[in-house]
Amino acid sequence: MSPSVPLQEMIRAIRSARTQCEERGVIQRECAAIRAQFRQSDNGGRSHNLAKLLYVHMLGYPAHFGQMECVRMIASPRYSEKRVGYLGAMMLLDEKQDASLLITNSIKNDLSHSNQYVQSLALCTLACMGSAEMCRDLAPEIDRLLRASNSYIKKKAALCAVHIVRKVHDLGEMFAPAARSLLSEKNHGVLHGAVVLITELCERNLETLEKFRKAVPDLVQIMKGLVISGYSPEHDVAGISDPFLQVRILRLLRILGHNNEAASDAMNDLLAQVATNTDSTKTVGNAVLYETVLTVLDIKSESGLRVLAVNILGRFLLNNDRNIRYIAMISLQKIVGTDHNAVQRHRGTIVDCLKDQDASVKRRALDLSLALVSASNIRSMMKELLIFLSSCPLELRSQAASGIFIAAERYAPSQRWHIDTILHVLTTAGGDVRDETVPNLIQLITNASELHCYTVHKLYRALLTDISQQSLVQVACWCIGEYGDLLLRGECQETEPVQVHEDDVLDALETVLQSHMSSPATRGFALTATMKLSTRITDNVDRIRSIVSIYGSCIDVELQQRAVEYNALFKKYDHMRAAVLERMPVIEKTAPGQTNGESTGEPIKDIQSVKVKQGELLLPQPPANQVHDTNVYEKDGVTLTMSCEKQSATGLTVTLTASNSTESDISSLTLQAAVPKSVQLHMKAPSGDSLPARGAAKVTQMVVLNNPNKVGLTRIRISYSSQGSAFQDTIQIDAFPGLSAAGH
Amino acid sequence: MQFMLLFSRQGKLRLQKWYVPLSDKERKKISRDLVQTILARKPKMCSFLEWRDLKIVYKRYASLYFCCAVEDQDNELITLEIIHRYVELLDKYFGSVCELDIIFNFEKAYFILDEFLLGGEAQETSKKNVLKAIEQADLLQEVRIFLYHQIHLL
Repeated sequence: MSPSVPLQEMIRAIRSARTQCEERGVIQRECAAIRAQFRQSDNGGRSHNLAKLLYVHMLGYPAHFGQMECVRMIASPRYSEKRVGYLGAMMLLDEKQDASLLITNSIKNDLSHSNQYVQSLALCTLACMGSAEMCRDLAPEIDRLLRASNSYIKKKAALCAVHIVRKVHDLGEMFAPAARSLLSEKNHGVLHGAVVLITELCERNLETLEKFRKAVPDLVQIMKGLVISGYSPEHDVAGISDPFLQVRILRLLRILGHNNEAASDAMNDLLAQVATNTDSTKTVGNAVLYETVLTVLDIKSESGLRVLAVNILGRFLLNNDRNIRYIAMISLQKIVGTDHNAVQRHRGTIVDCLKDQDASVKRRALDLSLALVSASNIRSMMKELLIFLSSCPLELRSQAASGIFIAAERYAPSQRWHIDTILHVLTTAGGDVRDETVPNLIQLITNASELHCYTVHKLYRALLTDISQQSLVQVACWCIGEYGDLLLRGECQETEPVQVHEDDVLDALETVLQSHMSSPATRGFALTATMKLSTRITDNVDRIRSIVSIYGSCIDVELQQRAVEYNALFKKYDHMRAAVLERMPVIEKTAPGQTNGESTGEPIKDIQSVKVKQGELLLPQPPANQVHDTNVYEKDGVTLTMSCEKQSATGLTVTLTASNSTESDISSLTLQAAVPKSVQLHMKAPSGDSLPARGAAKVTQMVVLNNPNKVGLTRIRISYSSQGSAFQDTIQIDAFPGLSAAGH
Repeated sequence: MQFMLLFSRQGKLRLQKWYVPLSDKERKKISRDLVQTILARKPKMCSFLEWRDLKIVYKRYASLYFCCAVEDQDNELITLEIIHRYVELLDKYFGSVCELDIIFNFEKAYFILDEFLLGGEAQETSKKNVLKAIEQADLLQEVRIFLYHQIHLL
């Protein structure tokens, strides 16, 4: 092995440069020399020159002027030059460069070279940086090599075929037959390549996968041979015979057994054998066990085998090696949905991993812990999660906080516990929670009416300790404003009685108002709270008046506006002040996606999907704005007429007219409409809600629809009161008059 | 495997093998950022990390970090074994390999890697066979050079 002297001298020179600037100088000189050498004709030192350039390139300096030299070297008859030339091609040429196409011909020639090491160079380069075009060109060559060459070349051809298939998916079919026959080879390198190739083919094409299922018995045989066979020094790694091949076979078996009973049955025994007999003291054994577990959990395995697999993961969790613990948690995460109870058994260990030093392990443990929270373990799990939250790394905090909120909402054993938990999170990680937390918490608090006193006391105390967590401060201010009277009353069932004076409360709010830590939104909360207290306290109303008037000239426009309005409330509308500032009613949780015109919170937008006729109209519709009137409902004297007017190709305006022919008046008339998801609906305000008797007057309501699929199905609900009783009915409308049914 | 990087504790790249098509600029950016991320990790931390939707497996051998980016379905533990096998091959070839060997004979390090991995996958699972192939290829290189020098002298 003779070292390249010129190369090594240059490397020494570069390394002895003491500054970046000096290094640049050396490199510039060398590059100039290299460029000069490239221009000269064949001088025997070409490979050394290119090698020098590649070194320079690795240091991060530009080397594109070497690309053509690579192309020339690859075409050289000298092996040493070819070798460096191909190396240069892999380093300097990627498929995006035009020059890469120029080497296609050289590769083609070298693929059929008499010397296998030259063939090897070509195969390696093609598999590393071959573009789709090159792959298409050379695929037949590769297929030929797959069938008729020695093991050394076959194994390389197989992996080259893998690259080709990744680049040009359709070519997969070409290699399937050759791949199948390779499975009967004895050479491990060839077997490995064949398994990788078959895996790639099966992942891409369902038909190919079906065909290769027949190979499962062969694969099981090969695997058995590896597992049972005696010591084979050539392939042994710490007592495991060719773990690389074992892992690849297991992965292929996973793909073949997925969703297929027969194939899964055929591999069941083997998997059980590997799972039980593989030595797990070293990483290599665990690598095989890991792959086995993944396979067992992804195929239709027997329940006994599944339990075995989950237990292996459980053992992994207790392993000293952090890597193994991490792997275990990733796998458990994948099955926590399907094998929930099995994973629950290892909850203790998982929760312990929350305290691990490593951030990746912590993250996995957090994900898993949140997935394992249930009604029965909520209290103990929450304790652990809250401990975790107080010491967890910053990047995990918001994830932890939102996970805790979701878990708390789903499984809270009591309202007080729920409120306590949220307060705890706000105190620990208030800066990392999402914005909806504040209104959600406020709503929760209003709903827990027995706990108002307890909550406001607790929040007040929290406010006194720390005003930096904005979400917490906002909620605290709101509560103090709303329930200030309870705060001042002093006694509270749930906590020790504490005497709170009006001045203290106003001090606290003023501190928030004036603090530079408070955001504008927070100060808004504080100001409003102060104002609300004016009806809940007795002695210090003047103080509140003065605070409010000061903020009337605040720079912050929002605060200024509020202060001015409150001022007005004091001065001109003092008689209304008590009513305006009284206790709020319980807030209902609003359903998402309500449109104008629907009176209650019920969402009625989800109709069964309707069969829709789509496509080009054979008979194009006449564009005129046609108006049609139809009776859609007539019952108990109440009539509903519908009139449609086309506004555009998809837009339609529907006017509903209701009339009452009975002897008694009808009141509280409401109309609601529901449409399929593809239609947009906009209901305008009705003209009124009462229908006097004997048709004395009518009520009209306009509905605007955007109906791109020309769907007709709409449901209209009509409700009203007559003679003290409530009536409700639903009308189904299959087609809109004006949208001709013919031709669709 | 998408790529393999070898770098020193100071962040200097000693070997970079890319199996996915990326421009020089993109490669530089990825290398720089990933190297920084790994160097910032503490010694006892996990060998696996998720970085920019890539799975990274790395291990430190003396003054060199060996770092691979693998696909989602790849087995991380066996990747550690692949890294270890490569180190063993280098060790056998250079005789108690150290970082300097890889610096001054970087092209040999590449040749050995290319005899062990092909297109990002292991091509030969027998240590003996890989070393034998390298030996033969080196011999081929030597013989030709020798022949050339002979002619030159005459």
